[in-house]
Amino acid sequence: MTISVQSSILQSAQRAFPFGPPILELSSISLRFGGVHALTNISFDVLEHEIRAIIGPNGAGKSSMLNVINGIYAPQEGSITFRGERLSEMKPTHAASLGIARTFQNIALFRGMSVLDNIMAGRKLHMHASFLEVALQLPRARREETENRAAVEEIIEFLEIEHIRKTPVARLPYGLQKRVELGRALAAEPTILLLDEPMAGMNIEEKQDMCRFILDVNDHYGTTIVLIEHDMGVVMDISDRVVVLDYGKKIGDGTPDEVRSDQNVIDAYLGVPH
Amino acid sequence: MTIVKLDLDTFPKLLMHHAEERGDRPAIREKSRGIWRTVTWRELAEEASALAAAVSARGLQRGAHVALLGDNRPRLYAAMCAAHMLGAVAVPLYQDSAVDEIASSIASAKVTHVFAENQEQVDKLLEILPRCPTVQCIVYDKDRGMRHYTQRELVSYDSLLQQGRQLAVEKHDFLRAQAARCSGGDSALLFFTSGATGPAKGVVLTHAALIDRARVAASLGQLKDTDVAMAYLPPGWIGQILFGYVQPMVVGYCICCPESSDTMLADMREMGPTYFLATPRVLETLAKQVSLRMEEAGGFNQRLYRSCMAVGRRVAARTLAGERLSIGDRLASMASDLLIRGPLRDVLGMSRVRVAYTAGDAVDPDLLMFFRALGINLKQLYGSTETGFFVALQRDGAIRPDTVGLPVDGVELKMTPQREVLVRSPGLFREYHGDAARTAEAMNADGWFHTGDAGELGPDGQLRIVDRMADVGALKDGTPFAPRLLESKLKFVPYIREAVAFGDGRDMVCALIDIEMAATSRWADRQNISYTGHADLASRDEVYALIADCIAAMNAQLASDPALASSQIQRFLILDKELSADDGVLTRTGKLRRDVIAARYRASVDAMYDGRTEVRVEPGSGEQAADAKIRDAKVVTSAHTRRAA
Repeated sequence: MTISVQSSILQSAQRAFPFGPPILELSSISLRFGGVHALTNISFDVLEHEIRAIIGPNGAGKSSMLNVINGIYAPQEGSITFRGERLSEMKPTHAASLGIARTFQNIALFRGMSVLDNIMAGRKLHMHASFLEVALQLPRARREETENRAAVEEIIEFLEIEHIRKTPVARLPYGLQKRVELGRALAAEPTILLLDEPMAGMNIEEKQDMCRFILDVNDHYGTTIVLIEHDMGVVMDISDRVVVLDYGKKIGDGTPDEVRSDQNVIDAYLGVPH
Repeated sequence: MTIVKLDLDTFPKLLMHHAEERGDRPAIREKSRGIWRTVTWRELAEEASALAAAVSARGLQRGAHVALLGDNRPRLYAAMCAAHMLGAVAVPLYQDSAVDEIASSIASAKVTHVFAENQEQVDKLLEILPRCPTVQCIVYDKDRGMRHYTQRELVSYDSLLQQGRQLAVEKHDFLRAQAARCSGGDSALLFFTSGATGPAKGVVLTHAALIDRARVAASLGQLKDTDVAMAYLPPGWIGQILFGYVQPMVVGYCICCPESSDTMLADMREMGPTYFLATPRVLETLAKQVSLRMEEAGGFNQRLYRSCMAVGRRVAARTLAGERLSIGDRLASMASDLLIRGPLRDVLGMSRVRVAYTAGDAVDPDLLMFFRALGINLKQLYGSTETGFFVALQRDGAIRPDTVGLPVDGVELKMTPQREVLVRSPGLFREYHGDAARTAEAMNADGWFHTGDAGELGPDGQLRIVDRMADVGALKDGTPFAPRLLESKLKFVPYIREAVAFGDGRDMVCALIDIEMAATSRWADRQNISYTGHADLASRDEVYALIADCIAAMNAQLASDPALASSQIQRFLILDKELSADDGVLTRTGKLRRDVIAARYRASVDAMYDGRTEVRVEPGSGEQAADAKIRDAKVVTSAHTRRAA
């Protein structure tokens, strides 16, 4: 399958947000669950404003990797450096306050709430008014509500979901739910966006839409994106650099073209004759 | 009623007048990012002046053509105002047009400046730029995705407006002079007609013609500057421009642009328009949505809905017939209004509608009566682009569902022996752009325009339109045959989206049916029929049986009318994919292009008449051939035909 994306964005020399220094560095990360080695001695970095993909066959450790960055798992060895600051271990709340937002492979939205409220929930870190202020609708709470609503409406327009603004999430088709989840992550105004299989289970049209939105987010807001995907075609089309994992080990790292021609990667995906 | 002074004969003069008279009243509302934002008349005039100053600095000349390519947005209308201020001609195009259609329109009108809504439209324009050397400047509104474009023709609306605001001060006198130089006889708008026959023609209308027609219609509808209308139909269609630009300019009422076509119903409900224009297609969609959802409602709700609508129909029919309502009827009507009809009007966003028109194509009387039964004052309006849109319309107190009403002031009607309707009116078009031969063919020296519509003028002065002249024919036995009537009846069936009837020169009537996927698939779900897609569902025997039942019911209705009894549909075929304007079988306003359809589906049509029950359809390149079934529909032998036999 080929997914056509706007080549002008990919090849454009004049990126709106040129690559910066590494914003996130992972060095010698090892993660074990009892005797199972989920990740073994993995190091790579993510440049500011780039789209970085983590790929690999099923069970390669992709989601574990994302959960380490996100602070859900604490690795036994190795370190994470964010913007030059070395963090021995990340916690989800700490990650969020640093500006790392994520989506989940199995959609994790508030199913009974409207699209608007779901995305509004992503503004949590931008709400400072106390419970009492909100309950009494004091000026600060009202002002914040207006500001946050404006930010959310911008995202709704950006993702073209105006028509479902007030629809409860549970009533939406899968592809739109994924888009709402992206919207909620964007509402946090993240510096790094972690996307866990953003295109899993989608049809071609939905995948094309999602690709366009990911590229647009990167181009428009300059958000650094780390994404996991097992659909090779999609990954090669939209990412700037790719890390390849297999059985918890890094077997390849580089631009899509480099990775594509790497013998280790080919073996991992197509299998080697034994 | 507030219709402004008659000496204001051009749009720039009207705009200035409103800016002074009702500067703080809303001219355009737009829902953007979830909030309704208002542009007042003063702001509109100010924005238009600034734009005019900036585009004139970019070389827009008097009499030049400015194309507008986008959805209904305040900025589209501001651009139109600006073009008119400079004495240029505005050319609104259909925003969903394919690249080639846009290229031929722009080339034939020699457009120099284009206002495009977004990246999608800009991409189309850049593609045709080599073919259209006259285009000097493309202004884009939404800048999303536009950062990578460096073409020198491109400029963003925002930066143009900013330049214009600085220039407007020093160019103030120049702009005033330009606006004053404009006279009513100047060309104002150029519409490309949908071209149900042949390629699109550019119809030129003057300021005076449009303003005159709008004034007449405004006084008939008793419009006020507090009225509100929705701007949701394509701006390339004259109906939208008349209701969204010309009439607001004449009356000073406000138009509302919905956020997107998907949110139209919800947005309409928020604004509660009082003045409403819809095409039969829009009304069909609304009516189908209602009946579909009612079918899924539970037993009690459904019975309540049916009985309330029956009361509504009876009361509406009696009122139209001029009969007095009995006390029982009045009470039943009030109760049904309280229970069902009122809430339903509210859901449809029509609870405040005072005047509603349907125009653009034939409307089935049943569809009209559906809305009238709901308590909405929906009336038919007859007119075309060439005739300035307002030719005839139904009047309160004299509505006959099968006619399009009485001619409006200033319109003279004449019938040729072949029953073609001829129109003479101050609202007639000036010419087909750059095509004197075609103009002379359509409009004779005395100023009578050949509409191409077959019709009758009743003794009470009511005009009845039968069909397009070109489509009116006769069956082999000589009975007159008009396909449009049958098709509009078929389209009223919730499961049928589009229908094409054949019969001219044949011994019976057959039809191609295009199913309404939304309704049919829900029906299939309820029947536990599994299917893979449109083509599969369309070929199901169960669906054929469903459609056969619907056609049989229609045939029974036709049989009761001696003139139509022989037009009963005897055989039909269900198409495996929907008819679409992108394939060239429909016009952009959704009318059938019969010549194209006849050519494309020749094999299917022949098979229907050959008595075969199956046909192999060879579609265009790149698609697989498929088998389509043909089935008979039940025909009712009417009393009339029995007597004849």
